Amino acid sequence: MSLVELHAIHKSFGALQVLKGIDLKIDEGQVIALIGKSGSGKSTLLRTINGLETIDDGTIMVAGKKVGDHDTDLLQLRLNVGMVFQQFNLFPHYTALENVMLSPQVVKKQSKGEARKIAEEMLAKVGLSDKMMHYPDQLSGGQQQRVAIARALAMKPRVLLCDEVTSALDPELVNEVLAVVRQLAEEGMTLVMVTHEMRFAREVCDSLVFMHQGRIHESGNPEHVFASPKTPELASFVGGLAG
Amino acid sequence: MPEFTLWDIVHNLLLAARWTVLLSILAFVLGSIVGLALLLVRTAGNRWAVRFVRGYVELFQGTPLLMQLFIVFFGLPLLGLDVSPWIAATFGLTLFTSAFLTEIWRGCVESVAKGQWEASTALGMNFTQQMLYVILPQALRIAVPPTVGFSVQVVKGTAVTSIIGFVELTKAGTMITNATYAPFTVYGCVAVLYFLICYPLSLYARHLEGKFRHVTR
Amino acid sequence: MAYQFDFGAILPHWKLLLDGVVLTTELAAIGAVAGVGLGILGAWARTARTPVISQLVGVYVELIRNTPFLVQLFFIFFGLPALGIKLSEFQAAALAMVVNLGAYSTEIVRAGIQAIPAGQIEAAQSLAMNRVQIFRYIIIRPALKKIWPALSSQVVIVMLGSSVCSQIAAEELTFAANYIQGMNFRAFEVYFVTTGLYLVMSILLRQILKVFGNFLFERRNHA
Ligand SMILES: Nc1ncnc2c1ncn2[C@@H]1O[C@H](COP(=O)(O)OP(=O)(O)OP(=O)(O)O)[C@@H](O)[C@H]1O
Ligand SMILES: [Mg+2]
Repeated sequence: MSLVELHAIHKSFGALQVLKGIDLKIDEGQVIALIGKSGSGKSTLLRTINGLETIDDGTIMVAGKKVGDHDTDLLQLRLNVGMVFQQFNLFPHYTALENVMLSPQVVKKQSKGEARKIAEEMLAKVGLSDKMMHYPDQLSGGQQQRVAIARALAMKPRVLLCDEVTSALDPELVNEVLAVVRQLAEEGMTLVMVTHEMRFAREVCDSLVFMHQGRIHESGNPEHVFASPKTPELASFVGGLAG
Repeated sequence: MPEFTLWDIVHNLLLAARWTVLLSILAFVLGSIVGLALLLVRTAGNRWAVRFVRGYVELFQGTPLLMQLFIVFFGLPLLGLDVSPWIAATFGLTLFTSAFLTEIWRGCVESVAKGQWEASTALGMNFTQQMLYVILPQALRIAVPPTVGFSVQVVKGTAVTSIIGFVELTKAGTMITNATYAPFTVYGCVAVLYFLICYPLSLYARHLEGKFRHVTR
Repeated sequence: MAYQFDFGAILPHWKLLLDGVVLTTELAAIGAVAGVGLGILGAWARTARTPVISQLVGVYVELIRNTPFLVQLFFIFFGLPALGIKLSEFQAAALAMVVNLGAYSTEIVRAGIQAIPAGQIEAAQSLAMNRVQIFRYIIIRPALKKIWPALSSQVVIVMLGSSVCSQIAAEELTFAANYIQGMNFRAFEVYFVTTGLYLVMSILLRQILKVFGNFLFERRNHA
């Protein structure tokens, strides 16, 4: 049984149908890249997996349990599923360390010492041991995003969702964040990431999912998919990126 | 002793409410004129003019309206002027209103981009022309919602004039209470009447604010 | 004959004025603490998912903001005993100030909450925080920081507004002034001096709130 199973997910915003029946299985340790044109529903899909969007139809199973729409279900879901956002969304009134410590303390009721130990560990992992006492506005975008990753990791999620985590960064800061993600993948973390970094997706991911108009249009091993796209839509998407 | 029906109470309060409305309008109109004059003095004037207006605003925003009314009511006679509560109320509320309005409008004038001043100076306009054709028309649009919003404060401010003996809605409420011994009903009705005057103004101010935000987008 | 000013006539009564200042300060302190607290609760209720609660708070806010403080005070002091709620002059004055400031601060705090970017709340949700935790740890401090100047101004307005509490014989500063005026018939001088005292108090209060705000929102451990 897979860690996360999505079945026939439907989602509309008003009259706009954004997800038109998504089936997706995410296995433990799998690294999946979600690609597709702007507006194809990638973010929406990721957000439904974390309960940030309610779904109109379909089922989400996480770790063998069906996710309902009760608050307690959502909290349980989010303990298993972490998320990193394009805009970092660090809490401006807390230091890097406090950002990472907060949720383990208030949600998991860890002692301050415990939370601090884990937070220091996570910040070390993303290479920011020397910036723990900095506030978000004292950090570069790349550093902020790495704190955000550490913050999500400190909750020990079983899956980490990343929505275009490098899109808001200056080009020279992209690599420091990708390096962290690559390291996570190598350590066996289960990852689902929306990305426009095709080379990175190719190198790091075991599976590529191409979304088109609210559906999973094509998916499979990145090498295969890139080398010989089966559908004209993916071919033109890949071609467009190259050109 | 005559029985007061609810209608008697409301009827008498309504009669008094006319004075609340009249005083509000007077204070608002006169306060606008004084406020505008202060704004011009401040915008056109030298350092001392700026200081004077700033002090004026600080004084009226930093002291209770009731004290302002007392000073007018007890101070003017010392200058040999015989003032009725009616005159003192109008005079006091006018000063109060002018201080708040001039401050609100100053913010509006300042929010009209600095580039506008420079551009119009470059076009060879003098101060009056700049004010008249460039700054005021733009500032006016921004100024309408908060100005309407402040009119609610003026209406509520008139209640304080009851204390220097001006017979308006609140004073009438006190007098009727003394005759009926029904404070709960009477002050309840007084509050409802104020609400009926103020709430439409509040709604209108909010509506204008929304409309304005829409336009600038 | 020109009027002879005699500010010296107030001197013998300085103790009364001082007592008035103290009582006005007490009223302002109670009003500020409980009123802002009520405002935070109100703003929280406004975001509640049960529309009834949110609407009830909305009605409270509009009722208070669209009626004069003096009438609210009279209603509480003279009107409420009809419902069996009898309050002393001081209690009625304090309650009126809390209720009044509570309504204004509900609106002000709500504006601050609305200014918090949605991403902040989503990030907190994704960390499995519940609604109460998000409000307490993520929303309220940045929201208050944003609206602190507006909130401070409103506190000063309410402090100055307490002047009308003299009308129910709450023995605050204006009551003291009226009392002295009744003894020495030097109305102008008394009110002039009292106005000056209020001015000083409002300037001080503004400063205190500023310092307190800095303390509240200060960064605790610097990089
Ligand atoms: N909260 C919302 N309300 C209304 N429409 C929305 C909302 N969120 C997303 N949409 C719409 O749903 C569609 C899919 O959006 P989504 O953000 O999932 O696309 P995406 O694939 O992530 O695109 P991008 O690459 O630009 O991030 C878009 O047309 C978008 O405008
Ligand atoms: Mg997206």
